[in-house]
Amino acid sequence: MASLNADQLGQTLSRLAASNGIRQWDLGAACSSDTSVQVDRGEPKQLKGAQRSSITVRVWNGDGLVGTTSTSDLSDSGLERALTGAQAASAFGNPDDTPAFSPLATAPVAQLDQPLHAPQGILHLLHTLKDAEQELLGRHSAIGTVPYNGLAERSSERLYLNSDGARRQQRLTTASVYLYARAEETGRKPRSAGAMRLAYGASDLDIAGCIDEAAERTISHLDYAPIQTGHYTCVFSPEAFLDLIGAFSSLFNARAVLDGVSLSNRDSLGQALAVPFLDLHDNGLHPGNIGASAFDGEGTPTRRLALLEGGVLRHFLHSEATARAFGVDPTGHAGLGAKVSVGPDWFEIGPTPGSGGGQAGLNRFQADQPLVWIDSLSALHAGVKASQGSFSLPFDGWLVEGGHCRSIEAATVAGDIRQVLQSIVGFEGEAKITPDGLCPMVWVDGLSITGEA
Amino acid sequence: MTLITRADTADGTPALHNLLNGPLDQRWAPRLEALLGAGTAAGADLVEVFLERTDHLGVLAEQDTITSVTPAFGMGAGIRVFRNQRDGFVCTNDLSEAGLQRALEQALGMLGLELGGLNRNPFAGLPALRDFAASKGDWLQRSPELLEATQALLGGTNQLLNHGQHLQVRRGSYARDWQEVLVAASDGTFGRDIRLHQSVGLNVLAADGDHRAGVGRRYGSADRPDDLREWRVEDSAQEVCDSAAAMLYADYVEAGQMPAVLANRFGGVIFHEACGHLLETTQVERGTTPFAERVGEPIAHSAVTAIDEGLTSGAFGSLSMDDEGMEAQRTVLIENGVLKRFISDRAGELRTGHARTGSGRRQSHSFAAASRMRNTYIAAGPHTPEALIASVDRGLYCKSMGGGSVGPTGQFNFAVEEGYLIENGTLTKPVKGATLIGEAKEVMPRISMCANDLELAAGFCGSVSGSIFVTVGQPHIKVDSITVGGR
Repeated sequence: MASLNADQLGQTLSRLAASNGIRQWDLGAACSSDTSVQVDRGEPKQLKGAQRSSITVRVWNGDGLVGTTSTSDLSDSGLERALTGAQAASAFGNPDDTPAFSPLATAPVAQLDQPLHAPQGILHLLHTLKDAEQELLGRHSAIGTVPYNGLAERSSERLYLNSDGARRQQRLTTASVYLYARAEETGRKPRSAGAMRLAYGASDLDIAGCIDEAAERTISHLDYAPIQTGHYTCVFSPEAFLDLIGAFSSLFNARAVLDGVSLSNRDSLGQALAVPFLDLHDNGLHPGNIGASAFDGEGTPTRRLALLEGGVLRHFLHSEATARAFGVDPTGHAGLGAKVSVGPDWFEIGPTPGSGGGQAGLNRFQADQPLVWIDSLSALHAGVKASQGSFSLPFDGWLVEGGHCRSIEAATVAGDIRQVLQSIVGFEGEAKITPDGLCPMVWVDGLSITGEA
Repeated sequence: MTLITRADTADGTPALHNLLNGPLDQRWAPRLEALLGAGTAAGADLVEVFLERTDHLGVLAEQDTITSVTPAFGMGAGIRVFRNQRDGFVCTNDLSEAGLQRALEQALGMLGLELGGLNRNPFAGLPALRDFAASKGDWLQRSPELLEATQALLGGTNQLLNHGQHLQVRRGSYARDWQEVLVAASDGTFGRDIRLHQSVGLNVLAADGDHRAGVGRRYGSADRPDDLREWRVEDSAQEVCDSAAAMLYADYVEAGQMPAVLANRFGGVIFHEACGHLLETTQVERGTTPFAERVGEPIAHSAVTAIDEGLTSGAFGSLSMDDEGMEAQRTVLIENGVLKRFISDRAGELRTGHARTGSGRRQSHSFAAASRMRNTYIAAGPHTPEALIASVDRGLYCKSMGGGSVGPTGQFNFAVEEGYLIENGTLTKPVKGATLIGEAKEVMPRISMCANDLELAAGFCGSVSGSIFVTVGQPHIKVDSITVGGR
C-alpha cells in the first residue's frame, strides 16, 4: 500500500525550513499506487501500474506573503528545492489576498467508514474485466465492442502538516469499473452508452449492475430518430442534472464571487436563486461518496453545507482566505496554493422538506405532452459558459411520447442555468446515489432542443 | 543549475545522486541497459524506458495584481514492456536502481513474465545516444525568469484596460513547461531531447447589466525561449477586447441546419475533433473510427487536403523526436479528399499494421505513449475568405471557436466563441451560444471550399495519453450544412 511517513516528512521540513530562515510553512502531500486494466474483445489491451508521489509546500516570507512550489521529488534535496522555490515565489505573493492557516486545521474531523482493502492484483482484475466484457458483448447481437472499459484499484494517502503542529492524514483504497459499449445495426449509425461503479475495493464493485446498466442503456439507443428542433420539457437523469449543477458551481463558490466570475455576488446570500421547493447541499461526508476526504487542502474538516434551502442561497463554499473575507468559518472546500482554489465535494439535491417538492406524481411515461429525457450530457468543458450562465450541450437521451420512448439521434440542449433553476417543475422517483452526488430525476420546463429532423 | 558531484561507483556507474541532479544523458546508459537486458531476458519482445525531468512555471495576473505563482518540478520514469501484441506499463517517481527494477518487474508480471526467467531475446546493448537536446541545454535559463514573466502579464492586463470597455475581469496567464526526456528501448532506440513550451493567455469578462461576454485567447510556441519577450501584447489585447465588445450584446443564435464558414487559425479545431482523432491508430484498435478500412478511398470533399506534422518551426505541436524516440515527420492524412495515412505509434504499428509516423506522444512519464496529433491542419485552397462568405445566403460565420470533443461513435461537437450571421453573402449581426455538432464522415464531404489564408493556432489536446501540446489550423473553410445548436 502507498504510504507517507508523516513524522519524517514533518521533521525534515522543520529542519530545512529553519536552515532557510522560514518560520511559517505548511504542506500537502499525497502518494498513490494504482493498477488498472483494459481489454479488447477478450484480449488484454493495456495493463498499467503507477506509483506516484507529490508534495506542495507553502511558505510565508518575512513580509507575510505566500509562495508555493510543487514537486514529485520527496527526497531531502527535492524538499529543500521546493522550500527555497516557494520562498522565491513568495516575493510575488499577493498582499491583498494572503492565505493563513485555517483556524480549523486542528479541529476534530469526522470519522469516515472507509474500509481498507488489500489489492486483488492485476491478473485478477484482468480476468474479472474480460468476463465482464464477454458478458456485455453477449447481451445483444448489435453490441460489437466495448471500446472504452477499465477496471482499476488504488491505494492512496493524503497528508497535511503545518508549522503550528497541525497534522491530518488519511489512507484510502478505492476501485472503479467502467464499461462503454458500442452497438451498430446494419444500415444504421453506431450508438454507444455505458456505466461505471465505484467501491472501496475491487471485490466490492457491483460489476453485474454495471454490465446490466451499460447493456440496457446501449440497447435503448439502438432504435433512434431525429428530433424536431423546439422547446421541450426536459427530464434530467440524476447524473445529467448533477453534471449541470457541477458545471455551474461557481454560483456557490466564494472564490469565484470575490474574483468577479460568478453569477452570484456578496449580496446574493438570502436571495431566491431557484424554485422554492429545491434544496441543494454540499456533503462530502455522505456515505455514498466513495473516496470522501475528511479534510480539505488546508486541513479544514469536511462538512455538510446548505447551499440552497427552499431555493434561497444560504452559504458559499469557502477556503480560509475567502471565509475571512466574508467573516465566516472556512467550510472545508479548499485546495492548497498561494491563491487557494475552492470547489464542491458531493452534492445532495432534492425537494425542500415540507415543501411538497413541486408538482406531485410526476411520471415521464404518463405525461400528456412529448418530453425529452436527458440521460447524459457531453462536452461540458466546451459548452458551458459558467460566468455567463449559458450552456449549449450535446446529450444522449430519449423522446418520451405517449408512454413510449425512442432514442434521439443527435441533439443539443441549451439554456441558462438561472432559467433552469427557476423552471424546475418537480422531481420524479427516489434520489439516486451517483459518483457526483445524490439526486432524483429533475423535470425542467421549456428548454431549447436542437435536433436534426 | 549547480551540479553537486559525488563519487561514482567503483565500476564507473554514476552514483544515483549525480544522475538525478545532472542531465538525462549517456551516463544513464549502464542502468538502462541493465533494465532493458533484464526485461528481454525475461521474455519481453521489447522493453522501453522513458525518463523525464520537468520544470514548470505558472503565473496568473488578475486586474493589476499577480495573484498566483505556481512553480513545480519533478522526475519520473515510465517502463513499457511488449510481448506479442500486449503491453504492460508502469510509471514511478522512484528512479533508484531498486525503484526502476521494481517497476520493470511489475510490468513484466502483467504479461506473465518474471525477472531471471527464460533468458531469451538477448539484448545487444544501446547504441550511441542520439542527442536532439545538444543545442538546447540553455533553453531553460534563456526563458523569462519570474520577474520578467510577471511584468509581461501585468503589461497585458493593463493593455486590456486600455482597449476594452465594461471589463469586469481582466486576466493574463503564462505557463512555461520545460521537459527533458531520455528514451531507451531494446530495439536500439536511445534518444534525448529537451522541449520548451510557453503559452500566454488573455481573458476578459465584460458585463453590462444582464449582458455578459467572456472571451479568451491563448498564444503558444515551442522551443523559442524568447517568445514571451516577442509577444505582441497590444495586438492580443485589442483582439480580445474587440471580440468581447462584439459579443457583449449579441443575441443567441437560432438553432438549425445551415451552412457555416469557419475562420482560419483555431477554426481548425473542427478538423482536429471531427476527423483527426479518427485517424489515430488508437481509434483503429478500438474499432471506433469509420475510416479504418478506407485508405485510398475518398472520405472528404476533393477540396480537402489535411496534414499532420511535427516540423513547423516554433509551432506548439512540433518536436524533434516523439516520446518513443522517433524523429518527427510530415504525414499527409488526406489528399484531395482521399485518405492516405493514419497517425501511428509503436503500439499502433504493432496492432494495426500502420507504420509509425513519429506520433507516439504522452503528457508525461505517467502515461504510455499513444498515437496523437502534432500540428494538424487543412491545407490552403484557392479561394479568398470573402468568396466563401459571399457564397452563403443564410448561415453562420464562426470567427472564433471554443473547445470541443469527439465521442466513441465519431460524433463531434464544439462551441463557437464568436459568431456572426451571414445573410445574403454578408456578415451581419453577432450571435452567441452556438454549438456545432455532427459526424465526421458526414461533415468532411461537405467542406466544399478552402480559402488561401492558412494559419495555425496553439492548443491542448486531452486524450488517452493525457494532455499534450498541439497545433490546429486551417484556412477559412465553408461547410455546406451543419447542425447548429442554439436557442
